[in-house]
Amino acid sequence: MERRAYYRNKLLPWLLIAPQLLLVLVFFYWPTAQALYWAFTLEQPWGGGNAFVGFDNFTAIFSDSRYWGTVLRSAFYAVVATGLSMAMALTLALFVDRGLKGTKLFQSVFVWPYAIAAPAAGVAFRFMFSPQAGLIGTINQVWPGIWDPSTVGWQALLMVIVAHAWLGIGYNFVFFLAALQMIPRSVIEAGAMDGARPFRRMLDLQLPLIAPTTFFLLIMNLISSFTDSFGLIDTLTEGGPNDATVVMVYKIYFDGFKGLDYSGAAAQSIVLMLLVISLTFIQFKWVEKKIHYA
Amino acid sequence: MKTNWLYGAAFAAAALVSSASAQAATKFEFWYGLSGDLSERVQEMCTRFNQAQTDFEIACVSQDNYDNNLQNTIAAFRANKQPTLTQIFDAGTLDLMLSGAYMSLGELMAAGGYTLNSENYLRGIRSYFSTSKGELLSLPFNNSTAVIYYNTDALTKAGVAAIPATWEDVEDAARKLKAAGYACPVAFDPSGVWQWFEQFSAVHNQPIASKGNGYGGLDAEYVLNKTKFVDQLTWYKKMFDEGLFVHKSKAAGETPNDAFVNGNCQITSSSIADHGSFTKQAKPEVKWTVAMLPVWAGTDRKNSFVGGASIWALKGKSAEEYKGAAAFFNFLATPEQAEHWSTITGYVPVTMAGFEAMKAKGFYDNAPYKGREVAIESLTYGEATENTQGIRLGNYVTMRKEIGNAMADVMFNNVPVQQALDTAVANGNALLRKFEKTYQGAQLP
Repeated sequence: MERRAYYRNKLLPWLLIAPQLLLVLVFFYWPTAQALYWAFTLEQPWGGGNAFVGFDNFTAIFSDSRYWGTVLRSAFYAVVATGLSMAMALTLALFVDRGLKGTKLFQSVFVWPYAIAAPAAGVAFRFMFSPQAGLIGTINQVWPGIWDPSTVGWQALLMVIVAHAWLGIGYNFVFFLAALQMIPRSVIEAGAMDGARPFRRMLDLQLPLIAPTTFFLLIMNLISSFTDSFGLIDTLTEGGPNDATVVMVYKIYFDGFKGLDYSGAAAQSIVLMLLVISLTFIQFKWVEKKIHYA
Repeated sequence: MKTNWLYGAAFAAAALVSSASAQAATKFEFWYGLSGDLSERVQEMCTRFNQAQTDFEIACVSQDNYDNNLQNTIAAFRANKQPTLTQIFDAGTLDLMLSGAYMSLGELMAAGGYTLNSENYLRGIRSYFSTSKGELLSLPFNNSTAVIYYNTDALTKAGVAAIPATWEDVEDAARKLKAAGYACPVAFDPSGVWQWFEQFSAVHNQPIASKGNGYGGLDAEYVLNKTKFVDQLTWYKKMFDEGLFVHKSKAAGETPNDAFVNGNCQITSSSIADHGSFTKQAKPEVKWTVAMLPVWAGTDRKNSFVGGASIWALKGKSAEEYKGAAAFFNFLATPEQAEHWSTITGYVPVTMAGFEAMKAKGFYDNAPYKGREVAIESLTYGEATENTQGIRLGNYVTMRKEIGNAMADVMFNNVPVQQALDTAVANGNALLRKFEKTYQGAQLP
């Protein structure tokens, strides 16, 4: 029999969760409802009035080839930044887990990037990657003009992705290391006694055993790539050159706040929200159920 | 001893009186979008106003930049917490005009018992912030126009005898500078749409959009892909490919202005409002001068566009606050204050009377202010046409970016000029149609 605690007072549980509920309502559902409303109307920025236009805002963005360019760019950004960041973090975690010299130090040092705010990192990266003055820019003295993210789109995108991946390494590292250390030592030792070298043990034992963590991180990284890239892009490239680093969230910002196109930005926000919801849905319904180990 | 006590009592009484009057003073807020040095200048101005009279107390709040100020003002207005006065930049003017969220300048001044003769304002400034029928709605405040700056030493060393006046001269000077070993003759940033595109169109009397750049109605359409600007962009591209125009931007590591004051680039086009900061920042060995924007030889030159911002009074405040706002406007319009503001910032004096007074005093005769008068000459040049009164196009901030992208596409990605501009125009027209629909039924004032 399942045991459950029941409240006699029907009101009390509601009162107890009221503060949290209120926060969620005010900071999540209310703005979302507002955005939803704007997405189906044409909203005047100063609030003078609006007109219901049905799905016009959505058809407008979906028929705009540049919007799809932004979506593809965001997807590329998310996949590459996630892949880079997780691969780096996993490598670091595997070495730290092996208990090499200086492990204790690296355990804390590798987390540091996570503590740096994205805009601050953006400014630092801008200096480092600056083609005319920066550290990476010195490559131009050897091969003139080879590195210029201020005019070459793919280099600018690469720069932003690398910066994003770097920022995420700390977070991923902590989760990977924790997962690796959760694996019973006996399993690894048994593998070692059977003659498996460290690389083989990683492939056949460690990676399968930390799969749930890996999938959790995958989803979290993807979501973060879609939503947290704003601070970096705004300080590094401001979407340039020629929109080469405009991802979905940056376009929402520009159209809404700079262009005062509240309705178009609201419609894009709804699309982005659905995307993130579906990723979360996959995380909850699919990954957590299907990935398990005996 | 006794006198000391008397003094003390007098001070106490004075303090009481002044605090009583401070309580009686009507407080109102003014939000503005300037930061750093300029923000301090605004704060000084506000303090001067507060000290000059006791009925009103203005609180001036910096919102960092024009964009933030516009966003914050809109958010505050929607929440009914708006300031009485706010500073809105050129491209944000149309939305506010259509919103009905403002109290017109004439109405405000009348409420305060003042009369304001809008005819005093420089023609180009007045038309930019006026309705299509000529009513000035907001107070021109910090206004500028685009000019071109030359490094005179470099020109002399390269063998350029006279300051270039035409684009032909600029090309010739750039070649000579290059030949003399200067790596960057002209600094160019394609996001400088304001000086490289808008101002070019104005002084060459080229339309940006139909219906007098939108003054004639919300159904205007962009025509910039059919004007002389096509040739101009082709020329920019040629200059860029020959290394005579060099890309400078924040992302590239040095802005055009910084490149100029550091002596790395010898020619740059920017706002007259930078005259003051150039004076302060230029390296000692950099000798420079300023001139009106060049035109192509044989052009019937027209006035350039005004840039900068004006101050708007917003609806929904008390009559007392409006009286205070009117008093503040009246204070700003006094010749002394206008001169002071123009002197310390580099913005142009916005009234003809202010300009004449400063000229008569010899303000423009000597360094460091010598040269600033070219802005006035540029703003008042020739007969105004429907292409030079201003830009009244919906969502123009986004269109500026489209044009900047088109220029960048041509420069960096070798996209054909006509194709790049056609794309910008197609995107821009979509913006205009959406804007028109957003304000369906609204009449352009």
